[in-house]
Amino acid sequence: MDSHHSYSQVKGVSTGVSSLFIVSYVSSKTINKLIQVHDRIFCCIAGSLADAQAVTKMAKFQLSFHSIQMESPPLVKAAASIMRELCYNNKEELQAGFITAGWDRKKGPQIYVVSLGGMLLSQPYTIGGSGSTYIYGYVDAKFKPDMSLEEATQFSTNALALAMGRDNVSGGVVHLVVITEAEVKHVVVPGNKLPKFHDE
Amino acid sequence: MCGLLPGVLQLRSSFKMAAALQFPANVSTLNTYNDLYPDWTQREVSTGTTIMAVEFEGGVVIGADSRTTTGAYIANRVTDKLTPIHERIFCCRSGSAADTQAIADAVTYQLGFHSIELDEAPLVQTAASLFREMCYRYREELMAGIIVAGWDPRRGGQVYTVPVGGMMTRQPVSVGGSGSSYIYGYVDSNYRAGMSKEECLKFTAEALALAMERDGSSGGVVRLAVISEQGVERQAILGNQLPKFSTV
Repeated sequence: MDSHHSYSQVKGVSTGVSSLFIVSYVSSKTINKLIQVHDRIFCCIAGSLADAQAVTKMAKFQLSFHSIQMESPPLVKAAASIMRELCYNNKEELQAGFITAGWDRKKGPQIYVVSLGGMLLSQPYTIGGSGSTYIYGYVDAKFKPDMSLEEATQFSTNALALAMGRDNVSGGVVHLVVITEAEVKHVVVPGNKLPKFHDE
Repeated sequence: MCGLLPGVLQLRSSFKMAAALQFPANVSTLNTYNDLYPDWTQREVSTGTTIMAVEFEGGVVIGADSRTTTGAYIANRVTDKLTPIHERIFCCRSGSAADTQAIADAVTYQLGFHSIELDEAPLVQTAASLFREMCYRYREELMAGIIVAGWDPRRGGQVYTVPVGGMMTRQPVSVGGSGSSYIYGYVDSNYRAGMSKEECLKFTAEALALAMERDGSSGGVVRLAVISEQGVERQAILGNQLPKFSTV
């Protein structure tokens, strides 16, 4: 019954200076774990895929409604709050965690973690999913605030490649999404183009 | 990988139940676990831990944290998990404290005997084999993840890992214990063949500091040892001198 447990390896990195922001996930086969809930807000999902899809669908609806009422693009914090309400109020039934990340006019790029029981936490970078345990040390050591886009991309790709090397349920292709004020860009790094490390 | 979360440890037989502390009957309401009444009085002692060993030209560098836990209580915050087995052979212990101490004592005896028979220094591979024999034969009863490292004249510095279950393999760099999960990525990306002794020491100290930062069962001080032809040099890096990293 656990066969749909999602095994995404997800990370977000924010660089405050140039107001850009990267979210990446690993997809094995064709499961999409990066859900767009608004123009500049994405949700990365981990845990039970069914639960996560249900929650993000509901959140997308509530967020678009809220955005129409306010007559302006929603804040990333608002999106994260909606996810948190859903996760907390249904914590007995749900088994899904999220990383909500995006850009808004008020605070620029932001990342929010909504964990399993419904905690909401803002962080400059974060990792999640089954493969994330293997790279806590790496991201703690290597993260610097105010990285450039190239540095952040390299940082994310390296971290994901390391996790994929150790986690048997992470692998395949790396998807990166870069969210800025101007645009949302989707970059795909296939497995054979990933950085290699000493024992490979 | 030979990590073990102490929260998962279960007492394996009623015989071991007898070793837990006895309380009077009128405190039976405290037996059910909840946050206000921690259950450490009923828990087995674990070296849920982070251990590491790295080969370099001329020897090995080994390192470990210093925390021993019984449930949520830190029974010993200055543990020495780097145990000498012979003059230039050490083992790093992770898992059940009792099991690893007993195994290490038995192997020390066997290796000492063997070395006297041979009338020369034993091979690191021999020590590792003895650990493997014991860990595999008694795999159902034991919970021990051990890294054997040392120097011998025939093959120089060597690191052998004997994780839970009783496999043995030689690796240029090996990590173990519950905290090791968090530093696989760091070790994979930062290890290079042909590092010097000082580079290995720095690499080990940083990796252990990162693991101790994230793993609740690892902490305290970092204990390091360098084993080479010249002998064994030991050092400890205290809490305030540890390399610092994360900002969240």
